[in-house]
Amino acid sequence: MTSDGGGTVIDLRPVAKPAEFEDTVRPHMEYLYGLAVRLCGNRTAAQDVVQAALLRAFRGFGRLRNREQPRLWLTRILTRCHIDRFRAEHEAEETLSLDDETRFDLFDKITEEDPFPYSDRVHLDFLDLFDDERILEVLQRLHPAHRTAIILAYVYGFTAREIGEMTAATTGTVLARLFRGRKQLERGLWRYAEQRNLLRRGAPA
Amino acid sequence: MISCKEAVSRLYAYLDRNLGRIPEAEVEEHLKLCRHCCGELEFAKQVRTALRRSGASTALTPEVRTHIEAYVKQLENKRGTKR
Repeated sequence: MTSDGGGTVIDLRPVAKPAEFEDTVRPHMEYLYGLAVRLCGNRTAAQDVVQAALLRAFRGFGRLRNREQPRLWLTRILTRCHIDRFRAEHEAEETLSLDDETRFDLFDKITEEDPFPYSDRVHLDFLDLFDDERILEVLQRLHPAHRTAIILAYVYGFTAREIGEMTAATTGTVLARLFRGRKQLERGLWRYAEQRNLLRRGAPA
Repeated sequence: MISCKEAVSRLYAYLDRNLGRIPEAEVEEHLKLCRHCCGELEFAKQVRTALRRSGASTALTPEVRTHIEAYVKQLENKRGTKR
């Protein structure tokens, strides 16, 4: 079965039928684009990254075993394309001033500062300040390696192990990035709200 | 019972079911009795919900979709001519 009469090895990988690649990726376009926008922070770069990912996916399509569920595979390719495109940013030192940043706890900060007096759902009121556009802006303030981990874990529900595989990092590194990313995110949300004067605290009565 | 500091430090690992060797029961027992940490857990979940908000800024516009689909077609066609 593995060779023809002439002794040549036959490639047993299923030959892609016409438009099979297209049919496989089409249902995931919306998903890939949303992920790319979140990773890149702008539409132009997102479209470039999606196209680079599709080219890479097309070239490696023969190696995709499970064509019914290509999402994990496509996510890994897109994430790698993003890392390649923004390599310098990804490789920048992942700093976090331990004293300041890791002690910051957004839940406690909101409780203490009470930015919405008279509200009995002050924490929810705070989060309600952030629509998709503002969330995107705050995410862009994170280190790309932290942002990538946060987005893949908290927006799309991938496990630390899966993210490690996607970003060529150990699970331990991913967990550290999630911790730092979360702290940066909490800080970032608070700073954003302060800078944009979104908090009622201190407003004239 | 474990302290609030301890509970909060494990909260996210708990939320991600990533505690590993550390028993979940300790966190659960603390959460049952501590309103502060319960609030913090609830808040952590809400932050994630906020991160998932999608709208015009993350949506694929018809123009971009057309563009990307044309790109994929072009890839398929190129392969067609190679064979």
